[in-house]
Amino acid sequence: MELIDVLVQLVGATIRVSVPLLLACLAGLFSERAGIFDIGLEGKMLAGAFAGASAAAVTGSAWIGLAAAILTAVCFGLVHGFASITHRGNQIVSGVAINFIAAGSTIILGQAWFQQGGRTPSLSGDARFQAITLPGADAVHDVPVIGPIYAEVISGHSLLVYVAFLMVPFTWWVLFRTRFGLRLRAVGENPAAVDTAGISVTWLRYRAVLCTGVLTGIAGAYLSVAQNAGFVKDMTAGKGFIALAALIFAKWKPVPAMFACLLFGFLEAASIRFQGMPWPFIGKVPVQLMQALPYILTVILLAGFIGKAIPPRAGGVPYVKER
Amino acid sequence: MKRIVLGLLAATALAFPALAADVKPAIIYDLGGKFDKSFNEAAFHGAEKFKSETGIAYRDFEIQNDAQREQALRKFAEDGNNPIVMAGFSWAATLEKVAPDFPDTKFTIIDMVVDKPNVRSVVFKDNEGSYIVGMLAAMASKTKKVGFVGGMDIPLIRKFGCGYVGGAKAAGATDVFYNMTGDTPAAWNDPTKGGEIAKSQISQGADVVYAAAGGTGVGVLQAAADAGKLGIGVDSNQNGLQPGKILTSMMKRVDVAVYNAFMDTKDDKFTPGFNNLGLKEGGVDYAMDENNKDLVTEEMKAAVEKAKADIAAGKIEVHDYMSDNACPY
Repeated sequence: MELIDVLVQLVGATIRVSVPLLLACLAGLFSERAGIFDIGLEGKMLAGAFAGASAAAVTGSAWIGLAAAILTAVCFGLVHGFASITHRGNQIVSGVAINFIAAGSTIILGQAWFQQGGRTPSLSGDARFQAITLPGADAVHDVPVIGPIYAEVISGHSLLVYVAFLMVPFTWWVLFRTRFGLRLRAVGENPAAVDTAGISVTWLRYRAVLCTGVLTGIAGAYLSVAQNAGFVKDMTAGKGFIALAALIFAKWKPVPAMFACLLFGFLEAASIRFQGMPWPFIGKVPVQLMQALPYILTVILLAGFIGKAIPPRAGGVPYVKER
Repeated sequence: MKRIVLGLLAATALAFPALAADVKPAIIYDLGGKFDKSFNEAAFHGAEKFKSETGIAYRDFEIQNDAQREQALRKFAEDGNNPIVMAGFSWAATLEKVAPDFPDTKFTIIDMVVDKPNVRSVVFKDNEGSYIVGMLAAMASKTKKVGFVGGMDIPLIRKFGCGYVGGAKAAGATDVFYNMTGDTPAAWNDPTKGGEIAKSQISQGADVVYAAAGGTGVGVLQAAADAGKLGIGVDSNQNGLQPGKILTSMMKRVDVAVYNAFMDTKDDKFTPGFNNLGLKEGGVDYAMDENNKDLVTEEMKAAVEKAKADIAAGKIEVHDYMSDNACPY
């Protein structure tokens, strides 16, 4: 029973921690499948988190916060698109620039608007997405095994968590079952062929970048309006880059992407949960080892176990029409 | 007559800015930033108090990364700022290098000891303050399980943790969950992870969580408040962050240290050397205000006041983790 409780709490924490990774990873998926590398996921998430928390703090509505987060992240996405699609600039440079702009401007604007050193006021009540208790969760809590799983793992998360996990099948459906998805994948593999078929490469890639913006915006709003109660500088803490790693890990496919993000989330949750706990036979594991574990495992898994990850063939290459 | 003298003084001050430049106070904050609602913010308040009392402006700077330390400090010293206060233990190595090059500049470092003739080192007996809030935590806890969330895993933060564990156990806590956020400076600014750690401790039964983690603590206190449990703040008085949900704050009078450094230089009373401020000297204390007056009962207050007197008198000795890198509790 004790063990089940621990496991259930661990899985609950895993879900909470992996949601921003998952959203950012799916965002990257859209963009990279269309041939636009996006190092700027981190920056877009950060900008979204800031806009979300600011709007929610001013208006008192989490929904307006979410809308502001999406709008801001989309704007940043369009800047990336403008530089790398319209002007055929280097996608990596543009992405890095977006990260820098987001890191700097959020602090400056935050200080100018709220005078709290780049922090937004802390949010409460309707200004946050509160945890939703699904019907019957309290009633079944005492049922062995199934009760705690339902109450802790499935119920009790904020709305955006469910949105994030629903995005996985939705992304799969869009990419592999719609005409738009087929064209999107084609434009990432061989844009010339798509162009020959009379479809605009530019417009397709812009639409992919828009999808990326929407998803990173939701990820940012989740960080600042649901998981935390306000924006703190640099609060994305490298999640955008871990999401990129997960994307490579998952070989640019939505369902494996979800599992990769859950794995990263699980490792982080486990490192928190088992910090300083004595293990049978080994004794106390040093904190440092627990915290390094996710990264060690990433290296091992990337080095040997997942096989070759082949990116979309036209990824990172601006499309120039033949004349 | 008085008015004329004052006028003359003002005139000389205007005519000879060099005289006024005698005290040109400056403060450099650590990573985590000026408004971390905690350590750096306390230092900022000390400087602001000096400014409002004396009307002397000060310069300040927030470093963005470790590489800026030496450059920032040298620049401040070359510009003739005097005294220069550095908030944070991470400054020690830099100061060790820079201080001998500017023998006429008075430096003050907080939270660390640098043994140079022109440096004043101010350290706090964080273990004593943490012991007191540990006692309060254990007395307020219904489960008799309490939590500690540290920032970066360094001896200084373990000193907080060790004192807290000692106090909590002395007041009857059966379990003290003890976690660190990370081992890089990023651990001072990761409220998401801090919140997750607090949730993990709460799920194991803790109902009072002490955050000694700079900006990360905001997430810890939020998570505790969200779960309907109690948090304990650190460094500044953080009781107002989640009114009614924060049991108390372990106040470290960084503001007083900064204010004194500025004031002593102004009055030409600056003394280099080693200041160790504990409960007795008023360097550390627990915070009481209208936000937490219903949480701390008279009985609890009486118990900690007695412990405070005993510690000040030397009857209770709170172990200092940094003296032997071990915690006996």
